[in-house]
Amino acid sequence: MFRFLPLIWKNSLRNKRRSLLTITSVAMSLCLLGVLFALYRSFFHGDTTPESALRLITRHRVSLTVSLPGSYESKIRQIPGVKEVSVYSWFQGVYKDARDPNNFFARFAVEPENALRILSEWKFTEEERKAFLSQRTAAVASDLIAKAQKWKVGDKILIKGDIYPVNLELTLVGFYRDVDKTKTLIFNNEYLQQALGVNNRRYSSVGTYYILAESAEAVPRVAKAVDDMFENAPEPTKTESERQFALSFVSFLGNVKLFLLAICGAVTFTILLVSANTMAMSVRERIREVGILKTLGFTNGEILGIILGEALMISFIGGLLGTGLAVLLCGVVRNAPTNFQQLETLRLTPDVAALCVAVAMVIGFASALIPAATASRTPILDSLRYSG
Amino acid sequence: MAIPLSYNLRNLMVRRTTTLMTALGIGLTVAVLLAVLALMAGLNAAFATAGNPKHVLVMRKGATAELSSGVTRQQFQEMKFRPGLDTSAGNEPMASLELVTIINLQSVDSPNGMNVTLRGLLPMGAEMRGLKIASGRWFNPGQREITVGKGIAKRYPDAATGKQLRFGKGLWTVVGVFDAGDSANNSEILGDLNQVAGDYNRMEGLSSILLRATDRASAKALVNNINDDVKLNMEARLEDEYMAAQTSSGAPIQFLGIFVSIIMAVGSSFAAMNTMYAAVARRAKEVGTLRVLGFSQGSILISFLIESVVLSLLGGILGCLLVLPLNGITTGIGNFTTFSEVSFNFQVTPQVMLSGILFALLLGAVGGFFPSLNAARKEILTALRDT
Repeated sequence: MFRFLPLIWKNSLRNKRRSLLTITSVAMSLCLLGVLFALYRSFFHGDTTPESALRLITRHRVSLTVSLPGSYESKIRQIPGVKEVSVYSWFQGVYKDARDPNNFFARFAVEPENALRILSEWKFTEEERKAFLSQRTAAVASDLIAKAQKWKVGDKILIKGDIYPVNLELTLVGFYRDVDKTKTLIFNNEYLQQALGVNNRRYSSVGTYYILAESAEAVPRVAKAVDDMFENAPEPTKTESERQFALSFVSFLGNVKLFLLAICGAVTFTILLVSANTMAMSVRERIREVGILKTLGFTNGEILGIILGEALMISFIGGLLGTGLAVLLCGVVRNAPTNFQQLETLRLTPDVAALCVAVAMVIGFASALIPAATASRTPILDSLRYSG
Repeated sequence: MAIPLSYNLRNLMVRRTTTLMTALGIGLTVAVLLAVLALMAGLNAAFATAGNPKHVLVMRKGATAELSSGVTRQQFQEMKFRPGLDTSAGNEPMASLELVTIINLQSVDSPNGMNVTLRGLLPMGAEMRGLKIASGRWFNPGQREITVGKGIAKRYPDAATGKQLRFGKGLWTVVGVFDAGDSANNSEILGDLNQVAGDYNRMEGLSSILLRATDRASAKALVNNINDDVKLNMEARLEDEYMAAQTSSGAPIQFLGIFVSIIMAVGSSFAAMNTMYAAVARRAKEVGTLRVLGFSQGSILISFLIESVVLSLLGGILGCLLVLPLNGITTGIGNFTTFSEVSFNFQVTPQVMLSGILFALLLGAVGGFFPSLNAARKEILTALRDT
């Protein structure tokens, strides 16, 4: 079949404008498909870092907004498979002006020593570490926020409380390299508790618990053990892996799975139509030529191969171009302002790229099947007699 | 002189398969755009009808949402006697003290659970919002009973009438479903204020206060009156403005949808261009003949352009037909202000369909322009000689 490559190439150059339009059209659709596949993958099959794969989050079963008693920590710690536990309370609050989305970043009250063991990928110098562990008002944050806010070590920042009715003045003592774009600030829970005072109804309550499991295999076991332990307590829990927990925010976008699948379906079908249309036009124009090729001794199978080859070549080029465009587009999405970590790390992974090109080829093949079969089966005399 | 339209229609008919395939391609593009527009229309309607222009929502100063706000009963007593407040038939001031929290329920779309707003309110609160019972009855004050919005009833199997939900300090019975029209209120679960507050140990720290003024002007005056009173430490805003701002919860889906339709549009306008170029190439001889008969270049350009636009109109109509079944289907998306799901219906309104058709026509005009120009510029002799 490869010896026909020059012929296939010449055939696709025969009507340059048409091939070019088809290639562009296929490329546009494929680029879209690539971005959608990448979205789907990062939302539902995203890679978890080895550190994240060991972590779980425990919240109140009724909802995230209901807090848990502070006494649960020591009970969770006793569960086999649990390596470390920390308070992990969403403080929210307002930094500067809430209307500017740049001022929105996650703020958690934690137990510094435990939290640094759980968030082992956050690296600090010994000095930063010591400061965070020893100073009551210390806070550490992502270097991405630090850059956006022009923070330096030693700066004091004021976070006005909303869920918790207290204002906190935090001292920034260190920044971690935020590879996963978590955009988080953590500070000492003890400071928050002291600021609240014993009489506040939120005193000693905990938003969520952050758990580090011994191994990835232990994660589901720990989740079940925690929830079973508090099954009949007045404050029952729900424990999920970090990944599942993040996924529950994706459902905030609506039925994303169905939405993405529906669009992918529509796009794929559209490329199929476009490509089939082109091939049908191209074959129709060439029926007489096919007759001549047959008189020269080309078999039906060879003619089928030549026409299919042309469709494959066009869709392959379109697919490659589209995938390249998709890589660029993912870059645009990464830099767009959004609340979703999954979008900020959106990337067209090699497997998704390969899938895109493969989809293009399958579509190209399917679209040419009927016109090619018809052309190869048309008797010589009929095809020679055919007039446009 | 213009070339009759029937010439174009018959040409489209002769090449049925190509016409239909191109139109279907355009139709799918239009359908994607329309689905997103219908979603946004439904969402907008839900928030637009949820805000009463005479209502004022009062929260703690600095709080951007009811969930992170806190008000006391004493503050409520002060609010009840502010100037400009409307009174009910029973001559009571129209004011409702409310507690807002969230419970997590399994929905038809997310078996892992989705957040739903639970609101404890005074009977006046339900009256002010104009909520009507669709089935069952209202919760009784002092009972562990809740009445759910029809959006909740549809999307959360666990919240059907007669079932029991566990939150706060125990089980609550669903005793009825209320109907708030298209409004976002349909996505809430309502219960008696004191009962809910008791369960959450929040007898004194409640969430917000809803007030009704006698008219729009006094509503605005009331907002200023409360915001200017520094002692109160509270912030009032017009309910309709608060609600309208929440439409932004549809922004990510809207952005994705429009982004997808624009890229698909470029793809399908190229496809339309391809089809029209083929049409022009096949009919070179006809074009020559038309020119010989005395039709001008302009009328040939217009004729081919019309053909392309008719083709895309067909696609636009197909697109509308494809999304029509979506009309009225209930769906839900997360609202970051309330941190819970708002359910609403897709609304394929006439405006939505009209924008779809216009979008299709634009596609056709763009895709058809160059091929038509190509047809109009053909030399008569070469065109006639073409085989």
